[in-house]
Amino acid sequence: MTRTKGYWWYLAPSLVLFLAVIVVPFLMNVATSFTRWTGVGTPRWAGLDNYARLLDDERFWQSFQHNVGLIVAMAIVPTALGLVLAAALFDCIGRWFGARTAAALRAMYYLPQVLPVAVAGVVWGWMLHPSYGAVNQAFGLRLDWLGDPDLALATVMAVMVWFQLGYPVVIFMAGLQRVDPALHEAAEIDGASWWRRFWHITIPQIRPETFVVLLTCTIAALKVFGPIFVLTRGGPGNATMVPSYFSYLNFFQKSNVGYGSAIATVLAVVIIVVTFLFLRVQERAR
Amino acid sequence: MRAAGPGRWAVLASLAVLAVAMVFPFAVVALNAVKSPADYSSGGPLSLPDQIHLQGIVDFWNRVDFGEKLWNSFVISASVALLAVVLSVLNAYALGVGRVRGRLWILVLFLVGNTLPQEALAYPLYYLAKEVGLYDTRLSMIIVFTVIQAAFGTYLLSAVLGQFPKEILEAASIDGAGRFRALWQIVVPISRPTLNVLVIFFFIWTWNEFFLPLVFLISNETQTVPVALGVLQGEKYMDATMSSASALLGIVPAVAFFLIFQRTLTRGVTVGAVK
Repeated sequence: MTRTKGYWWYLAPSLVLFLAVIVVPFLMNVATSFTRWTGVGTPRWAGLDNYARLLDDERFWQSFQHNVGLIVAMAIVPTALGLVLAAALFDCIGRWFGARTAAALRAMYYLPQVLPVAVAGVVWGWMLHPSYGAVNQAFGLRLDWLGDPDLALATVMAVMVWFQLGYPVVIFMAGLQRVDPALHEAAEIDGASWWRRFWHITIPQIRPETFVVLLTCTIAALKVFGPIFVLTRGGPGNATMVPSYFSYLNFFQKSNVGYGSAIATVLAVVIIVVTFLFLRVQERAR
Repeated sequence: MRAAGPGRWAVLASLAVLAVAMVFPFAVVALNAVKSPADYSSGGPLSLPDQIHLQGIVDFWNRVDFGEKLWNSFVISASVALLAVVLSVLNAYALGVGRVRGRLWILVLFLVGNTLPQEALAYPLYYLAKEVGLYDTRLSMIIVFTVIQAAFGTYLLSAVLGQFPKEILEAASIDGAGRFRALWQIVVPISRPTLNVLVIFFFIWTWNEFFLPLVFLISNETQTVPVALGVLQGEKYMDATMSSASALLGIVPAVAFFLIFQRTLTRGVTVGAVK
């Protein structure tokens, strides 16, 4: 025991900083969520008022519904598509046309991922501009992609699929290298089709990677802020409102700091719960 | 192995079409960033430029003082990358090698801290930063992101250092090396490859951050590249060519980092998978 004692000093700087930058602010945020506060003066105690108001607030519920759409766009679709693409690149393109071709295609899929997400938003805001945007010009359309309430969320979702796709492809291709080629060869000799091998060998073998990708992408989708800020600011109306932007709006534009804190606290709880659920499922799948 | 038949070419073609679609926006942005506004209004966004016209890029660069934005982003990201790796190593040494009591809980705490949405920290941090005079300074972002990145780095490095060969450290201790010397002269050099990957990841992740820098860095002198581009989007003077010039200026550093670090990154992207 005495041997390990001296090691505490190495943790000290981080623990102090962690307390100051994360623990204390988070607790302050939770405390503020029980008050009415404009950001100046003294907060007034309001009990659970903010949370009661949340339950009645249509925008709040909408914002979480939009989050579900973004989970589809940022986690589910990229994971499903990424599995097929990674497997196709790895055991079709890699074998028939060489590893270089596969690597080049992989790099092209990954390219959007290197952008700051806000810059990706700038790129697409420009591409989708109703009058001079390249998308309308290329397809001869006159759609207001981000300004039409019926279209805006779907457009943002499409942009996020584009942004996110490369990440699972790269992770899955790395994972596929672990898979014993003998498994595929044996199945091929038994006459199993590509789809059957994909379904019964590839997918089960890279389950750990799939969990990690789904978890990280789901969290990213719940947190999404940059693309919404740049592309739509939650609009038109509330068509693309998400919890992070909704809290930002209350903090810094409406001076409803207590209400904003309540939204942020709920979002934090949702993210922590999702994380634990995922880890539980993953634990059980082992 | 048979020669490539038509079915195989069809698979290649469909994957290639998708790849072209993925890089299409990059190409269009680059194409239009080097057009003159007149060229743009006559030919539209998909025509090739008549001649290379760099005035849009130059104008945008000067108008937002883009060099300053690049420098701000660089200072913040590089400082965070180095400081966060130092903190991660210190923590991981205590947790992975020292095996201090309660290490599991400390790791869970760090991991939860890293997972929390920044929205749940933003207002108190904003308030506290104003109280201590750090609001709208690059230092405020360096401190905050050092802690956030180090929380993740600790989690990752603890697992790596947990498998550090004990014999080497015991030999060092018999030779009279203290703990700090063992860390500095043995553990750090041997873990170099992992530390390099972490430095790169921290740098890029910090460079790409948007929400907290948007809240904290409100003046022109402190803004980072993504914040400057994000808030200028939709400004009146941003016509079609200048918008694409601004997008290109956001793309170029990101792609440059990717190319520079590619070798280390492809080795380390599985590291990032845990985030």
